[in-house]
Amino acid sequence: MKQLSTFIRKEFLHVFRDRKTLLMLFGLPIAQIVLFGFALSNEIKDSRIALLDYSKDAVTTRLIGKIEASHYFDIRRNLASGEQLNAAFKRGDIKMAVIFPQNFGDDLIHAGKATVQVIADASDPNQATTITNYFESIVTDYNAELSQNAQQPLQIRPELQMLYNPELRGAPNFVPGVMALVLMLVCTMMTSVAIVREKELGTMEILLVSPFKPIYIIISKLAPNLVISIVNLFIILALSDIFLDLPVKGSVALLVGCSILFILTSLSIGLLLSINAKTQQAAMMGSLMGMMLPTMLLTGFLFPIENMPVALQVLSNLVPSRWYFIIVKRVMLKGLGFSSVWKETLILTGMCLFLFGISLRNFKIRLQ
Amino acid sequence: METVIRTERLTKRFGDFIAANELSFEVGKGEIFGFLGANGAGKTTAMRMLCGLLAPTSGKASIAGFDVYTQTEKIKRNIGYMSQKFSLYDDLTVSENIRFYGGIYHMNRPAIKEKTTLLLEELGLRNEAKTLVRELPLGWKQKLSFSVSIVHDPGIVFLDEPTGGVDPVTRRQFWDLIYAAADRGVTIFVTTHYMDEAEYCNRVSIMVDGVIAALDSPAGLKQQYGSDSMEDVFYELARKAKRKAD
Amino acid sequence: MKTLRFLLEKEFRQLLRNRQLMRTLLLAPLIQLILLPMAADYTVKNIAIAVTDNDHSPSSQRLIAKITASGYFRLAGYTASYPQALKMVEEDKADLALQIPAHFERDLVRENAKQVYVAINAIEGTKANLGGAYLRSIVSDFNDDLRVQWAVIDDAPQVTVASSNWYNPFLRFPLYMVPAILVTLVTAMVAMQSAFNIVQEKESGTIEQINVTPIRKHIFIIGKMIPFLVLGIVLFTMGLLVGRLLYGIVPVGSLLVLYVSLVVYLFAMLGLGLLLATYSNTQMQAMSLSFFFINIFNMMSGVFTSVDSMPGWAQAIVATFPPSHFIKIMRTVVLKGSGFSDIMPQLWAMAAIGLFLNTWAVLNYRKTA
Repeated sequence: MKQLSTFIRKEFLHVFRDRKTLLMLFGLPIAQIVLFGFALSNEIKDSRIALLDYSKDAVTTRLIGKIEASHYFDIRRNLASGEQLNAAFKRGDIKMAVIFPQNFGDDLIHAGKATVQVIADASDPNQATTITNYFESIVTDYNAELSQNAQQPLQIRPELQMLYNPELRGAPNFVPGVMALVLMLVCTMMTSVAIVREKELGTMEILLVSPFKPIYIIISKLAPNLVISIVNLFIILALSDIFLDLPVKGSVALLVGCSILFILTSLSIGLLLSINAKTQQAAMMGSLMGMMLPTMLLTGFLFPIENMPVALQVLSNLVPSRWYFIIVKRVMLKGLGFSSVWKETLILTGMCLFLFGISLRNFKIRLQ
Repeated sequence: METVIRTERLTKRFGDFIAANELSFEVGKGEIFGFLGANGAGKTTAMRMLCGLLAPTSGKASIAGFDVYTQTEKIKRNIGYMSQKFSLYDDLTVSENIRFYGGIYHMNRPAIKEKTTLLLEELGLRNEAKTLVRELPLGWKQKLSFSVSIVHDPGIVFLDEPTGGVDPVTRRQFWDLIYAAADRGVTIFVTTHYMDEAEYCNRVSIMVDGVIAALDSPAGLKQQYGSDSMEDVFYELARKAKRKAD
Repeated sequence: MKTLRFLLEKEFRQLLRNRQLMRTLLLAPLIQLILLPMAADYTVKNIAIAVTDNDHSPSSQRLIAKITASGYFRLAGYTASYPQALKMVEEDKADLALQIPAHFERDLVRENAKQVYVAINAIEGTKANLGGAYLRSIVSDFNDDLRVQWAVIDDAPQVTVASSNWYNPFLRFPLYMVPAILVTLVTAMVAMQSAFNIVQEKESGTIEQINVTPIRKHIFIIGKMIPFLVLGIVLFTMGLLVGRLLYGIVPVGSLLVLYVSLVVYLFAMLGLGLLLATYSNTQMQAMSLSFFFINIFNMMSGVFTSVDSMPGWAQAIVATFPPSHFIKIMRTVVLKGSGFSDIMPQLWAMAAIGLFLNTWAVLNYRKTA
């Protein structure tokens, strides 16, 4: 035991003396939570649009007034002609153009129907769909105004209630996602490089000829990262509560417990990576290229997993952060208890034991 | 004899720590000048200042007539350097390394080719021309490093503990190369903590705690301190050192 | 100048000889480019809806049928009571809960209006937004159907909307995501690798050997950057090919515009890599620093979320990120055919940032300590 604590102490010293790495280790989660929590959002509002009014009558004025009043749109320019439209789109100045043809008001009154043309920049399909939809809802409102006297019959009125996140803030989605992402990436990278660095420097051999069991070496390598990650976890939770108004609704103990489980799983992955890598560079590149984008995409916080091709959905089951993400959402955002996350916890536990076991075995074999 | 290295109270401070304290000495052309001292005595610091790698805190120095504060680039053109880590590119072949350093020192292609053949012949590495440096045994790497450091025929070459970790036979061969270069008129400035190598030098200076404690030919020093070997001379001087090895 | 030639010769030799690295640098991004756009699909479909039908009338049943037939929604289950449907949302078994209250059909005719209640899991904003929008639109359609069916005449004047989608008429997500993902991959590669490369020389001591030679420091730095510039261009080209062959993405704009922008972009990113290298002494540090920046770039440069929806201060910060500009260029040139005049602001921004970073790096790099 005393030997183990000596080892652990040495590892802590290594890590804490490296200021720049410490900056990353603590700075990254903090920066991410603050930046992403405040800046990232899926909400679409104040979209820049252009207006072409060929009619310029009372009706179009009224409609334009309604558009201006809504917070969906930000009327950037009133263009004079259609040619300018393409240029404005190409520069990325506007997302949508609304065109009122000539005699718009006349057509409405005399023919009972007038058509306004809307052109959306569909580069981002969802955005296009959403703002077209917003516009249509403004028109529907206007139509309802028109038929106020002749009361429109048979109106089904859907009443929508947004649960858990009524203001549609980005934070509730991104904070758990960032937690999963950052904890996983940092743990994996730091551990993999730490072990390979010893190999490269040759100090590993000294450890190996000593009477210490390999498992002590492994534990001592994992220990500082475990502690740092747990500290990070608390910092993230505190920041979320204070700055992002996102407290832990459920049991903090449960959340921390599952987080530790997840951290250990990530550390084991790092361990596994380090065993097969010959140089620090290979370890770093392996964890980065091999893990970063797949983790980002397959965790489920950026893109819904159910949208992906079946093969990728299956693959995402193997990514530990996917399960952790679910646990965090349920415990932190919805306030649910262990009964709602026991399945995910079990899966994580299984992954952790499996990965750790394999790493340990491979480590011993490599030493031979 | 023409003086090629001249220092006058050359000093380097790192904060409060004085690594090199008011060093004053001269080295003549073609001399093999040994710079001895224990680890931490300040040898490497001194050498790096002379090479233009480290700016001195105070004092004066000139290398090949160029001032060490204002003309570092000119100094670099006229010196060769071999560091403790040997600094050849592991993942390049023998001839590729020679070619690279030749090119860096503005040698033209025919000259490089000629030099390469010469070097390979001299070192007995003709069959290893296309071998990656990382596959060479340590002794050969060392000899190659030295030859590469003088590929451009500089007037002065600085060697920083060049024979670390090599068996005595290889070390002897290495010094044969150094003698050959000195015979051609190259000034050799070498740091080492192998005392027997001190015997090979024309003059030797011994640094203790950042100061030059003694400077003379090996024979002169042995007489001065009444010792039979340089090792004993060194021991006499160094045991009073206050600074522990780094 | 001649020294530069020798430097480049050495750098390329070393790079090409490093088989493992070449594989990682070229293969890994390609594999990711192939797989990831398949995952990066924001199209909202298969929204799970839990339904509580307390009316059981022909109308309510037809409404439900219309909703499930739309293709946007997938019926997660019927529940006897609304609280039960809500529980399904809580357990992530459903994204939406719909309640059609009792006497729906009867009250609709009698009082001319009736509510239906919808609760949406709003944790994921896009899904919530679009889910709500689609549902409203389906209900509105159903409403019109009902009126036609019951021959109710509506003679109030109506404004109709004719909408069209430009540049991506089929609303395909890969068109939007592939250019951006390509940028993130090239970025990670080039910036980090250039930083590692220099730090590796620091660690192994070969940099000292360079410092002692008459190589001017700006020549040394250019010699380090050019191989990675070339690598970045090669990677980018391979990525364009994958985009074309696998996803049918053919840039509408000119390739010249793309490549010029790429070079300016790489200039900026390599400057960053270089700068980080001057501040790192070990590979671990270089990795940590690059990882810090790459991560932030990846998330905030508009790949996954729109920069326009960020608050002003965040947009100002993002404007200093070269990737955000290049991603915008990529998307506008590839999808809309934008030309040099359209992307001038972004090009200038990248050039300015690049100049700043590279200057700082060169000043920071000292041959003499």
